[in-house]
Parts: sequence; C-alpha cells; structure tokens
Amino acid sequence: MENKNTLISLRNVTVAYDGEVVLNRLNLDIADKEFVTLLGPSGCGKTTTLRIIGGFVEPAEGDVFFDGAKINGLPPHKRHINTVFQRYALFPHLNVYENIEFGLKVSKVAPDERRRRVKEMLSLVGLSGFELRRVDQLSGGQQQRVAIARALVNHPRVLLLDEPLGALDLKLRKEMQIELKRIQQRLAITFLYVTHDQEEALTMSDRVVVMRNGQIQQIGTPIDIYNEPINAFVADFIGESNIVDGIMRADYLIEFAGRRLPCLDAGFAKDESVDVVIRPEDWEICAPENGQFHGTVLSSVFKGVHFELMVKAPGEEEEWMVHTIETHPVGSEIGLILTPDDIHIMKKMSPQEEAELLGALEADSLLTDTEEE
Amino acid sequence: MKAKFAAAPYLLWAAFFIVIPFGLVAYYALTDLHGGFTLSNFAQSLRFAPVIGSSIWLAIIATAVCLLIAYPLAYLISRKSTGGQRTLVLLVMLPMWMSFLLRTYAWMTLLENNGVINRLFGLIGLGPFEMINTQGAVVLGMVYNYLPFMILPLYSVMTKIDQSLIEAASDLGCSPGQTLRQVVLPLSVPGIATGITMVFVPAVSTFVISVMLGGGSFMLIGDLIEMEFLGNAYNPHLGAALSIVLMVIILICMALTDMFSDPEEKEGLLL
Repeated sequence: MENKNTLISLRNVTVAYDGEVVLNRLNLDIADKEFVTLLGPSGCGKTTTLRIIGGFVEPAEGDVFFDGAKINGLPPHKRHINTVFQRYALFPHLNVYENIEFGLKVSKVAPDERRRRVKEMLSLVGLSGFELRRVDQLSGGQQQRVAIARALVNHPRVLLLDEPLGALDLKLRKEMQIELKRIQQRLAITFLYVTHDQEEALTMSDRVVVMRNGQIQQIGTPIDIYNEPINAFVADFIGESNIVDGIMRADYLIEFAGRRLPCLDAGFAKDESVDVVIRPEDWEICAPENGQFHGTVLSSVFKGVHFELMVKAPGEEEEWMVHTIETHPVGSEIGLILTPDDIHIMKKMSPQEEAELLGALEADSLLTDTEEE
Repeated sequence: MKAKFAAAPYLLWAAFFIVIPFGLVAYYALTDLHGGFTLSNFAQSLRFAPVIGSSIWLAIIATAVCLLIAYPLAYLISRKSTGGQRTLVLLVMLPMWMSFLLRTYAWMTLLENNGVINRLFGLIGLGPFEMINTQGAVVLGMVYNYLPFMILPLYSVMTKIDQSLIEAASDLGCSPGQTLRQVVLPLSVPGIATGITMVFVPAVSTFVISVMLGGGSFMLIGDLIEMEFLGNAYNPHLGAALSIVLMVIILICMALTDMFSDPEEKEGLLL
C-alpha cells in the first residue's frame, strides 16, 4: 500500500476556541489511497483536525493543502471531500434512495447516471431493496450504511469518517470495521478516520496518528505503534501495558523493580530516569525458582482467548499484569521471564505532562462508559 | 374515576364559555327578530362579500409579509448559541408585554399627517405623506402586532434542525442558499403551517387595527360584526350570521394548514 503521492497536507495548523488551544502547530501528510486513523482520547483535537480538512473549521494559523493547492477558506461544498458524520446526519424528510441521491442532484448529474450510481452504492453497502424506506425506520447499522453510501456516491477523493461506529454494538462494529476496509480497498480512495477506540485503529489503518492535547504523539503503522510506542502515553493508550519507572545504568542495561536486565536500547544518558513498558502478553511464565521475577497470582480473569493475571511478589511494590492462555489458579506461585526485546524503554514525560495524561485518560474512560450505557 | 373528576372544572368551563355561547350564536344566526327560523341572515351576509373579500385579502398580505420577515430571522436566531437564542427570543417577545391597544396607538402618533415620521420628512423638505387611514397602515399594524406569532413557531421548529444536517448538506455540495431550500425549508414546513394559522386567524378577524389605523374609512369583517352587536346598525341576528361566516373562513384556513403540520408540533401549540 505504499504510495507517496501526498494528497492532504496540514502545515503548522493551530486552532483555538475562546483562547483555549485545541490544535497546536500540527503537521500531517496523508497520501493518496491511504487509510489513516486519528486516534486519541476525547479533547485531543482529532475531530477538529477532521473538520479542518472538511472545511467546517478554519485554522487560526497554518495552511491546508489538497492535491497541492491551498484550500484555506474554501467552503465545504467546494471541496472534493465527503464526510460520514458521527450521528450519520441523514435527512429525515428524504427516503434512503433520495438521501443517497442528494449530492448527485445538487451537482446536477444526469438522471440516468444518478440512478445507476445510487443502485451501485446500495449494492456496495448491502442495502438493495431498501430504496423507499424512511431513514427513521432503519436500524443504526443500516443508517450507518446509508451515510457511507451518501458520501461515497459522489466519488470523493477523500472520505472523512468521524467516529462512525461509535453508536453500534460490538458485533456490528467489528463487521463494519472489516466492511469499511473492504470498501476502501475496492474503491481505492483515501479514508481519514477518527476514533478513540485503539482496536478499531489498529484493525483498519495503514497508518495511525496518535494525538493528545492538540499535538501528534506518534505516526506509524499499527505494528510500529503497538511494538515501538514512542512514550508512555502511546504505550498506555494502545493496548494494555505495565508501565514502571526505571533507570538506564548503561547502554543496553536497564534497572527497574530492583533488578538489572539487558535490553535493546542505547543512547540515553548514564543513570537517566526512563519509563519501562512491558506488554502483558510478552511475559514468559515458568517455575517460580527459574524466573527473573516471581510472585503470587492475586487475580485471574478469563478474557475469552486468554486469562488476565495480576501477579505480585511479597515485599515488592509492583503488580504485574500478565496475559496467558494457560490457567494459573489464584494463590499459586509463578515465575516470570523477559527477553531483552520485551522491554520497551521510553523517555520520561515531565510530571505536568503525566498529570495531564492521567486526566485525559480518565475523562475519556468516563465518556466511553456513558456512551455505551 | 379520579381523572374524570379532575376534568370536571374544565368541562364546565368549556360548557359555559364555548358550547353555550356558540349555541346562542347559532340560534341568533338562524332566527329573525320574532324568533322564527330563517336563513335570510346568511343571505344578507352576502351583501357584505366585498368587506369579507378585503378582510381575507389584507390578512393574506399581512401573513405573507410576516412570513417573509420572520423566516430568515427565525433561521438566524436558531443558529445562534443557546444564550444568544434566549436573548433574541426575548427581544421578539418584548413588545408583547405592552398592551395591544397602546402599541397600536403608538403607530397612530407615528403615522399621522403631522406625526413623528412626517415631521422628520418635513425637516428634509419632503412630504407630508398620506400614511394613516390607508390599507398599507392596516397591514403594517397587523404585521407589527402578529409578527411574533410567526417567528416563534418557525424558531421552535428550526431550532430542532440538527446543525450536522446543515453541515451534511454543505458537505454534499449545497451552497448556503441551496441548503436553505433543500434541507431547512422542507424540515420547517410544520412551523410555516402553524405560523400562517397563528397570524392569519387574528388578522382576518381584527377590528381594532382597522379602526385605529384605517380610520374607519374601509371596513373589515370584524368591524362589521362589532357594528351589528354594539354599533348603530344594531342587528345581533345578522352579526351572529357574519360571525359564523368568519368561523367558516378560519376553519378552512386551519384545515388547509393542518395538512402540513406534524402531530408533535400541534402538542407544542397547546403549551
């Protein structure tokens, strides 16, 4: 999927509402035919970024380029970009067919051509036969498909999707994730997708942009982001992690939790304080006497494919989250082993940054809870 | 049982102030001076067809002007922030806190031949213009007094139109004008229907505005009814017949607009 033709560029884009900076000198390039996801907690500026590209928000500073041309100030109806809105925003006075046809009618496409393209879209999203339904008679998943068809029928160069699956239940969400990816590959257009669901981002994207407080934390393929998070925020936001304090004693030697272990990282100052991230699935479990770590299983929760254990050694502070597909009863003693490539070392954030991070994550989990109720 | 009991005062109210008076009006309309049954009152009403016609015509013009002024205004208000909406709606309502008669008197002093407006024109060497005692002055009085009744139902429907629908229209290629025509207009039809009823009904039946601003130089159906009951031409039988004619006109108007209003909105009207 490598394609280096840049279609959209944001250069030093800054947005502020009532003096509060929402986006801070953001730079982002999106290639043609790429599936890019903006991922982050609520309030991180991901939706604002999307709305800037759609033309609904004007940056206070900075430039937006589309296909090489500067499009600052160009109203939405003059951009070759279409949007799937968060709550679908289907027109209640029109039926399914008329909703999808809307954009074609506005741009005065010939009636025959209109009919052909609407039919094509209906079959693409699996809604053939629903032409005359009123939109309020459709389920959430069907409304979602109409919203996607209504946007795609105009053959946009870019489709913007603002948390389009947020209102659907889990099973439907997973189906739609696969379907969206299929549609994107089949039509070969650029998708820019906004979500706070890390799994969704990892599943569909060619590249993920992790954002926080109006700034980009990391851009990379899902595998890069997961395996090589650039800081504790990204590590914590993407997947489950154990994050502990550590000290770089020398190149390739890290000290944490009272142990010195070999690692793959170098280039830090001697005795620099760092964050150590260990993914729960990276632990290898062995007999207690053979482990670098050992401890008692405090809890064991079955998660479907794996068990999630909390393990703690008496007299030690750290509790480790461990994922395993074997059963280890609560109270049993186990040993844990890490190989050097399981230990991810990251530069420390300032205490202030850390406080903000915790605040952001809490606010987001609250929001997610209420949304799913 | 309890609910029935609670409804009793309202039923009594309705009986005393709606059913019985209506029965009396119908009785008078269908009888002559000696109490015998007759349809001649309705036949006589036909003599006043020009008055009835001009009443309807002026009410239609006033309603149309109200709609033209209120529609863009209501749309602008509905797209403001919540606080801004509250302030602007308050400003729309503000004149209604003052007596209807006072407001209309105020227009008299403004429009008179040596009133405020003509004196201002006089300062720059224009006029005086004949403004009071014209049909234009009567329409102005109707528009001024009934405009809030057009703005409020329009605003209440428009404020329910989700901003994301406006954005979606724009996203799909609509200029602001096209968005207004293709999305806002169809979704605000119930508000237009309600607003038309609420302006047309009082406008077609008014008698104060035409007396004060029209100077009695031409009559509306309301003036006619007033004259038959309280004025020199005392004839309650003819007045009752004319009242029924007016009711029929109003019912036709309401039936027409009712086809376009949506059921939810009607509940809102009762509040």
